[in-house]
Amino acid sequence: MKTFDYVRPATVREAVAAASESGAAYLAAGTNLLDLMKGGIIGPSRLVDISHLPGLDRIEDLADGGVRIGALVRNADLAHDQTFARRFPAVAEALLSGASAQLRNAATVGGNLLQRTRCAYFYDVASACNKRDPGAGCDARGGENRLHAVLGWSESCIATNPSDFCVPLVALDAVVEVEGRAGRREIPLEMFHRLPGDAPERETVLEPGEMIVAVRLPAEAARFAAHARYLKVRERTSYAFAVVSAAAALRIEGDTIAQARLALGGVATKPWRAREAERMLAGARVDGSLFRRAAEAALADAKPSGDNGFKIELARRIVVRALALATAGTPERVPALPASPFASVAGDVIHA
Amino acid sequence: MNISTTLTVNGVKRTIAFDDPRLTLLDLLRERLHLTGTKKGCDRGQCGACTVIVDGRRINSCLALAISHDGADILTIEAVAQGDRLHPVQEAFLAHDGLQCGFCTPGQIMSAIGLIQEGQAGDDPERVREGMSGNLCRCGAYQGITEAVLDAQSVLDAANRREVA
Repeated sequence: MKTFDYVRPATVREAVAAASESGAAYLAAGTNLLDLMKGGIIGPSRLVDISHLPGLDRIEDLADGGVRIGALVRNADLAHDQTFARRFPAVAEALLSGASAQLRNAATVGGNLLQRTRCAYFYDVASACNKRDPGAGCDARGGENRLHAVLGWSESCIATNPSDFCVPLVALDAVVEVEGRAGRREIPLEMFHRLPGDAPERETVLEPGEMIVAVRLPAEAARFAAHARYLKVRERTSYAFAVVSAAAALRIEGDTIAQARLALGGVATKPWRAREAERMLAGARVDGSLFRRAAEAALADAKPSGDNGFKIELARRIVVRALALATAGTPERVPALPASPFASVAGDVIHA
Repeated sequence: MNISTTLTVNGVKRTIAFDDPRLTLLDLLRERLHLTGTKKGCDRGQCGACTVIVDGRRINSCLALAISHDGADILTIEAVAQGDRLHPVQEAFLAHDGLQCGFCTPGQIMSAIGLIQEGQAGDDPERVREGMSGNLCRCGAYQGITEAVLDAQSVLDAANRREVA
């Protein structure tokens, strides 16, 4: 690991000033950052430790009915906050389906939004990667790429964003509060991550030195609480990143879907909001083919970036399953295997 | 760079001076305090062998910078037994053959203690398996580990009930 200067600011303003210099990186829990530094994938010259900053570890209910989650709230604390989990159950389920208990106890909300791709060619410093080394090329294109992107990818990068948390958040219109040298601004999460285009090294719209201070969910997001699920196909049951995932949140009136929210994970460099499918679902009565038609709309623009055509059909099916489970109703408690698709619609585990 | 970190390790306040900010909590425990019960497996947060309890929460000590944990309270495997009396989780691992080679065991035990404190798994073996998935066992003693955690939890629950009564 390359060595670095260590700075521990006392205020957000000091942190922003310290992190605005070239080569600086923010340190919160470090669960992703230290791993990348140990592998030589990144080598910041300065770490700005924000983990001791006061006031960023709170979950606040806002007067307008929304919730504001401080950037330093730990993933486990958010998922196990009973009020939060009751109002935003798909977010809690997504959090509990990610990483391991040890990592969830450390990893922060802000860090989750800024975690880097798990593309093996990004991680392997002997491989060409435009994200790690702009202009170097992309060895994933002709390599082992069955888990790579099927939406929004470019010739220069086919990586995916690995976050589970961001998938229901983007479906529920989360907003990111950031502070920079020019002051505070708000960015809809849907606009926060960038598609790769010809500059895959730029993963978010953050300017140098800008720091996430909170993530907000609007009051309206809680109206889906009775019919909200996150589902995630993994290559093993637990402690694995998504092959594909989906968050589905519905507002149901009688036998009609009044309003629908749908987003996909593991398919692109950003959590993928499926707005066309949402429009198709809104006002529709649940019938035999509705969810399949919505799933086809959600994946209409998908194309394989390598040996991963299977992910497109898998994503359609996980959308159908997520919508069916959301229609059946949010379980009383996050299931024993959070987000596992290996459960019947009634909620019974079908594998021992 | 002269750095000094004050930590409470197994109930004892320690001030440790070091000159390299790259020092992880794991390396501090093993190399500086010679508490080698905490194991270094992958050193990348994938195996759980380095699990310790920091401020009451189980974490991977390999992915924690020592310098960032100034003021933290740390519990390691060395301090869970009381003299010759093993911790109920240690007793249960022996009773249920929750190990073979033993390399992952300190991390498994610290993780199990953390899991029981978190209070989310109850008596559901599926929730125990899920909650222990951050600890790999190359010998494959998972069946015994799950039984040991369930058993230790019921022993600790009974002890807590006695204390309340």
